[in-house]
Amino acid sequence: MNPLIHSILLVAGIVLLAWPAGTWLTWVLKTRRLDGIFSAALGKGILNPTSWKTYFLHLLGFNALMFVTTWIVLANQQHLPLNPDGLGNVPWHLVFNTSVSFVTNTNLQHYSGEATYSYLSQLTLMWLQFTSAATGIAAFAGLARGLAGNRDFGNFTHDIVRILLLFLLPIAFIWAILFAISGVPMTFEGAAIATTLEGASQTIARGPVAAFLAIKQLGTNGGGFFGPNSTHPLENPNLFSNILSMIAIAVIPMACVKAFGSLTGKEKHARIIGAVMLAFLLIKVTITVLPESAPTAAFANLPVAESANLEGKELRLGASTGPLWAVLTTSTSNGSVGAMHDSLNPISLLGPFSGMWLNSTFGGVGVGMINFFLFMVLAVFIAGLMIGRTPEYLGKKVEAREMALAAAGFIVHPLLILGGTALFAATPWGADTIHNSGPRGFSEILYEFSSAAANNGSGLEGLGDGTIAWNIATGIVMLLGRYLPILLPLAIAGALAAKPAVAESAGTLRTDTPTFGFMTFAVILFLGALTFLPVAMLGPILEHLIH
Amino acid sequence: MNLLRLFALSIAICGFVYVPAVLGFAKVVVPEKAVGSLVTTADGKIVGSRLVAQAFTTDRYFHPRPSACDYNGAGAAGSNLSPTSPELTQRAEEIIATYPGSGPIPADLITASGSGLDPHITRAAAIYQIPRVSAARNMAPEAVEKLIPSGNLVNVLELNLALDR
Repeated sequence: MNPLIHSILLVAGIVLLAWPAGTWLTWVLKTRRLDGIFSAALGKGILNPTSWKTYFLHLLGFNALMFVTTWIVLANQQHLPLNPDGLGNVPWHLVFNTSVSFVTNTNLQHYSGEATYSYLSQLTLMWLQFTSAATGIAAFAGLARGLAGNRDFGNFTHDIVRILLLFLLPIAFIWAILFAISGVPMTFEGAAIATTLEGASQTIARGPVAAFLAIKQLGTNGGGFFGPNSTHPLENPNLFSNILSMIAIAVIPMACVKAFGSLTGKEKHARIIGAVMLAFLLIKVTITVLPESAPTAAFANLPVAESANLEGKELRLGASTGPLWAVLTTSTSNGSVGAMHDSLNPISLLGPFSGMWLNSTFGGVGVGMINFFLFMVLAVFIAGLMIGRTPEYLGKKVEAREMALAAAGFIVHPLLILGGTALFAATPWGADTIHNSGPRGFSEILYEFSSAAANNGSGLEGLGDGTIAWNIATGIVMLLGRYLPILLPLAIAGALAAKPAVAESAGTLRTDTPTFGFMTFAVILFLGALTFLPVAMLGPILEHLIH
Repeated sequence: MNLLRLFALSIAICGFVYVPAVLGFAKVVVPEKAVGSLVTTADGKIVGSRLVAQAFTTDRYFHPRPSACDYNGAGAAGSNLSPTSPELTQRAEEIIATYPGSGPIPADLITASGSGLDPHITRAAAIYQIPRVSAARNMAPEAVEKLIPSGNLVNVLELNLALDR
């Protein structure tokens, strides 16, 4: 079948699944049925709603606990159990980077899982894949309550326990057993030693992969159990596991849009948001899947049978999996890969790059919707300027303070990406670590900072990113790229919630109309293009033009 | 205080309920897949995993796709070379030179997979290797071809096991 049609059908299937998932998520975030059990286990305090400030402080506190625990386990893994392959000490800067990476839901990996971390370390990272995903969804729930007009944003602990126990764990369990059935290993035995038919010895790493893989995909985490992530045959054995994975990558970010509509009571508004996000996703799929069916340029003058670009791809997953996966994984801030992005055709890189640069169509679990909210505030503001009225969003006036916060929130992302890229491209920190020469080398640096700032986690993995400079720099970028884009929108929602509601008038840009959809689409497109087109020229577009 | 209890509860549920539940399921329902889909000989020796490519270098066997990690099952990796990289051209030329007088080479035989452990080659790539394998084994090419399964994907280890039988 035509790879583009096949890709669009899969996306349509995921949208259909996201609908009931969104209904389920809404129920989870609203239900009070298990309050008795939860408050008995966690304390009565969890039933008290808090202001947005307290909500955010609890979020930071919980994430700090996650970070410290992980640091202790990773830094001492050689003395701890569940290490059958005897993996040793990990340098402090890599421990720092890995801990930050998984706490922030990024899963940027400056290591190869099977050669670096023990089973206990990997399971600790799996725990972060649950808790960091729950953190993102909780922040989103708080935001949605604020936008619905509540001064109290809910209770962070109460939200996390419901998201974990009633939503993420049940879904992850279903996915994990399906992955196990598909052939993904689930064992605590150490590596198997095989003697090949030619008499050589081969060590085959394995581990508790199925449990890890399920939440890796569902929670837009993306960190692979094995180094080459979901291209590894034990992490993605066949078409069945492949389709399961792609569904899991996108379903919860899409479900968050549905939940946003239900939580704010603006279902029609959410449908417009979903349509804009879907339009961006389909554009990215098209500009990535089509150029990737072109053959490998390096074989142009050789006697090679006609074929799509197969470098970095696995035959069992099909040649079109790589580019489709590349778009899904960067559109959702997941970051797992189904093909090596460093071996994608130059123009195909524009899809993944724009996914991370926009980071809101659909974006990571919870946080994608939060990022999109920022764009909507910018859209109503620009629309307000055009017609000369004070902008409104969901019945609240958007004024100077909110706009200042939104502008700051918008600028963080490009500042981290472009600033970091400029610094590393100009110094040996980056220039000495590139793998491919020319524009692709520049793309490797640009991709690494885009991925860190977007909390994505994929990479152009030729980059030698295991250095102290890379570990520290991307660690800082991941932290800022995680918490500022949660803090600033929550602050905006807090400010809006404190204002009196205004009645809709003829001058209001109604948020449940196609006009609003087009306006938001245009704002995202133009702001994104103005910010990132110059570096896109220097990287993928230049590489395409000179070959 | 609530946060500390939440922290403890999340570890307990993820580590001591979820993981054992998945492990138990896999052990009971799919015991062979759970340990890595290993292939063993009649006397119990592990030959490899049917999901993981291994090196075949002699003429007597079908060769897998090139591997950027030299088929290291404990350190998988792709080449991460750009499709415009001259290194790819050079690697392809070297491999093409080992098939003198043959027609256009199937692309999978000159491209490294993402993991370096792709267990499959295309059917065209298997057929392409028949002259070498049948000459090295003094077998009729037709007899070798009969061993190649009909689908588009051929598992190299399984095919080579069939050759040895």
